[in-house]
Order: sequence, then structure tokens, then C-alpha cells
Amino acid sequence: MKVVVCTKQTPSTTAVFTVNNGTVSWDDPGGKPNVVNPWDEYAIEEGIRLKENHGASDVIALAVGSEESKEALKTALAMGCTEAILVSDDAFAGSDAVGSARVWAAAINHVSDAKVALFGKLTIDDNMGVAAMMTAQKLGWTPLTFVSAIKEISEDSITVERLLDDGKETVTAPLPAVLSLVKEINEPRYPSFMGIRKANRAEIPVWSAGDLTVEGETGAAASKVDWSHVYTIPPREGSVTLIEADSVEEQAKLLADKLFEEKVI
Amino acid sequence: MSGVWVWVENSNGTAATISREVIGAARTVADELNEDLVGIVFGHEVSGVADEAFDLGVDEVVGSDDETLAHFRVEAAGPLLAHLAQEREPAVILIGDSTQGNDLAAWTAAELDAGLVVDAVAIEVDDETVKATRSVYANKLLSTTFVKEGLQIMTLRSRAFPQAESTGDTGDAEWVDAVVAEDDIPSKVTGFESKEGTVSLTDASIIISGGRGVAGPEGFEPIQELVDVLGGAMGASRAAVDAGWIPYEHQVGQTGKTVSPDLYIACGISGAIQHQAGMRTSKVIVAINKDPDAPIFALARYGIVGDLFKVVPALTAVFKERLGK
Repeated sequence: MKVVVCTKQTPSTTAVFTVNNGTVSWDDPGGKPNVVNPWDEYAIEEGIRLKENHGASDVIALAVGSEESKEALKTALAMGCTEAILVSDDAFAGSDAVGSARVWAAAINHVSDAKVALFGKLTIDDNMGVAAMMTAQKLGWTPLTFVSAIKEISEDSITVERLLDDGKETVTAPLPAVLSLVKEINEPRYPSFMGIRKANRAEIPVWSAGDLTVEGETGAAASKVDWSHVYTIPPREGSVTLIEADSVEEQAKLLADKLFEEKVI
Repeated sequence: MSGVWVWVENSNGTAATISREVIGAARTVADELNEDLVGIVFGHEVSGVADEAFDLGVDEVVGSDDETLAHFRVEAAGPLLAHLAQEREPAVILIGDSTQGNDLAAWTAAELDAGLVVDAVAIEVDDETVKATRSVYANKLLSTTFVKEGLQIMTLRSRAFPQAESTGDTGDAEWVDAVVAEDDIPSKVTGFESKEGTVSLTDASIIISGGRGVAGPEGFEPIQELVDVLGGAMGASRAAVDAGWIPYEHQVGQTGKTVSPDLYIACGISGAIQHQAGMRTSKVIVAINKDPDAPIFALARYGIVGDLFKVVPALTAVFKERLGK
């Protein structure tokens, strides 16, 4: 059974952003401004576990993005994915969510015989978590979102636990399936030293639009969504009022007064 | 294309809290566009939900009452919503950004090749277009996002919009058949463990969170007592979750939940930028921390520099007395 892990390169979680004339740039005090999308680490880990514990033959990491996204794929390889492929073409740049799903569906189809595709719950740059569902719809595969545990998996069926707003759902569905994973599912491993060395030497193939059969339009021109206006969050008004008094009991009373005045209790 | 649609998520025969918020926002959009507001009610034995939707201010209800829709599955609800939208061509569909709503919006937009905007925290109508404010780049920046052609599908963040109020209005719903038979729905739900009875983080109007400063699992006990007195929900920073003191479902922040309660009390939380990303839209933030230089104080409206193990029990005692508990 082949498993595909869908990843994206995003700014690091500690990145500091600046916006200049609508162009977003970022830097990282830790010196690593770009990382594999933090949520995708759970997908990479779960893919590797499907190989280790459930006999998956291949765990293939895909990333859609520019040449720089090879760094994200190297993380996937260093952790233990068996293969990594970059999907990159100017024709895909600036796609909206539907356009991106078309690219993912085409790339997953191009990995022939894949049975499972794994996504992280959301991507932190666009703050969207719809890629798994949309890709499932485009492929005609079973969608299983917010998955917190894979309970059983066979050649043609999967049972998962989904963490929903109002409870935990257990669902059995046929494969192939596209899953989005929440953090509860596992604890991603750190890449081993040997893994990192191997990943650094790996040749990462690139699939472009000509290699894939993409159904429908992609790219900025076909996008139905405009998100060009990006700006910094205005600072919160006012500064903190420190509650000071002779005793903790007195402080608690003063704070309670304020909170009743604010009508938040 | 005409009409503003609002999906009325429901369970056990009543509209979900988030639906009340979305109906409130959708009413404003419909009025500004001079369009009718249509409530979409899917489920089983949901005539009461349709009545509730009329009462909350929708002009029409299109519903489907079918066993296949009893427990939400996107393979049943998605094709039905897409079918209705193709047939009747609404201009706008607004959906609450719950786990169900996110699934439904994504599936339907993909099926219809429609523009989708998710997780709006504010909206405004500009001519014929609904423009959303949403957080991007790990909640560190904002973006104005909108659908520029065709059907506009949009999800709205929980607790970002005021709930619609009761109007006393009534009406007759139009009921349509489901479009997918049970045999054609591949997913079978074999178990459901409800969280009913506990206050969920995203719905809570009061959240009290603990961080590294609680120093261990037992450190959450005084916080729990304050949570119980105030009827709120318990949150936590990533540090506390990673240390194994409290389960992940309590985590607030970039890799946890994004919340916007009326009151957020951060106890022993320094306020790393990743934590701020998940709670900075809270209405009133209170920080309790030993370290006067903790970044959380820059975000807070009120602060107490002190030992949370003294301050939190003192607060619990005051509120017990004043709330008569």
C-alpha cells in the first residue's frame, strides 16, 4: 500500500512578519525562516507509522510550491519518508483553494496506486484547513477530516477516530481516502542524524504541469478569491492596568469589581 | 443569482450556538444586499430547528428531514447543499466555521468550483461583495479576503459575531428530499462519544488558562475551581500540554485552538507569540504572573503580578461570594 503525505513549506512559528506596500516578508530570530508547515509534521509521522506498523510499502512526501519547498521535503525524508517529490509550476502559483485541490488531486493521481493521502489540519500561512476535504472531493475519494487516531486499516478499508467540536466520532470508510490529521494523533519524531545526511544527498524530482493531468484551471488568473490586501494587526488599545493592594484578597476584590464593570462575568 | 443562505447547524433538535451567530451576521448581509435570507436546515426530526430559524430572523427555510442526515456526514449533506445551490443559485452562502461547517463549506465549494473564504472574524458588504477580515500568517497578520466572481461561500469564526435575537416570527418551511441514499454513503459512523455537559473552548465566554507557571498537573486544580465557579472552560499553553500536565484538547495557541471569549484569564502563562496567536482576539484579557516582564502583560487589560497559587484561590473565593455559589 502506498501512502502520500501532502506538505507545504511555511514560515516558521517564530517568524516575525513585515508588510511593505502589501508585500509580506519575514525573518526568524532563530535563523530558520522557513519550515515544513508545523501541522504537516503529524502527517509525515503518521505516514511513517503506517509503514512501520501497518505494512505500507511506500511513504511519498509531496510538496506543492517553489524550488525552495525542497527544504520541507528534506525534513520529510530525514524523518523517514521513502520518497519526496516537488510539484512546481508557474501555472500553479496563486491558485485559490479549489485550484490548489486540483493540483493536489492530479499529483496524487500521478503517484499510481496510492490508497491514502495525509494532510495536516491546516497550513499556517494562509490559515486554511480545507485542502484535504477539497482534494478528496476532486479525487472522488473518501474524505476523513480532523482524524485523531487511525484504529484499523486494511487494503480496502479504514477505521478512524475524528475529533469534532461536539465529541469523538468513530467512522469506518472504504479506501482510498484523504485524511486531515489533528495534533492528538501522534508525536512527530525528530529526524535522526543519519536521516538528515541521507536527505541532504537525496535528489528530489520535480513534477511540472506537463507531467500531470490537471483537470480544470489553476493559478492566479483562474482564482475566484482575492486575498491581496494583507496588513499588520493594529495594536491593542490602552495598556495594562496593574491591580495592586496590600493583600491578595484585596487584589482579588478589586479585580472582580473591574470584571463586573466590564460586564464579562 | 439571488438570496443569502445561512446553514443552520443543529443537534438534538436545536440550532447550534454558532448558527445563531451566523444567522445574526447573515441577516445584516441580506439586508444590505436587499436580498431574502434563507435558512438551510438539514437533519432528522428538525421541524423545531426550522421554527427556531424563523424566530431568529430568516425569511424562508429550505429544509431536508431524512434519516441519512441525522448524524452529520459530508457525503450526505454536501451533495444536497450543492444540488440546491445549483438549482436555485444563491448569491451568498454563510456557514459557521465548526468542524461540520468547515467540512460542508469545503466539499460544496470544491463540487461547485466556487470561491471560498474560511474563518472570517468580521465581514462587511461592499457593493455586491461580502468582504471578510481573516487572520493569516499564523494569526500574526490580517487579510481582507473576498470572492470576486460567482457564488460566495464563506465560513464565520465561532464567537466572532453576536447572536441573532428572537423576533417572534413564524413561517412555513419548504421541505425537500435528500439526494443521496444510505447505500451510496460510504462512511459509516459506528460510535460517537458526546462532549455534552462540558463547555467547549471555542464556545466558552470565559476561559481560564494555565501555563508553565502551574508547575504540574495538580497545579490545574485551583484553576479548575475558578473555572467551575465562573462556568467557563479550561485552557492551557503549549508548555503545559507538552509537559503532559493537561490533554491537548485544552491547548490554546497556534497549534491548538483559536478562541475569542469575553474574558480570558492567563495564569502563569508568559505569553509567547504562538500563544497570543490563539487568544489575542479575546475581549478582556487578565494576566496573573510572577514575572512583571512577561509579554502577556502587554496584551492584558488587567494584570496582577503575583503568585497564581495565592491569587487564583482568592479570586475563586470572591466570585463564590458575589455569585452566590
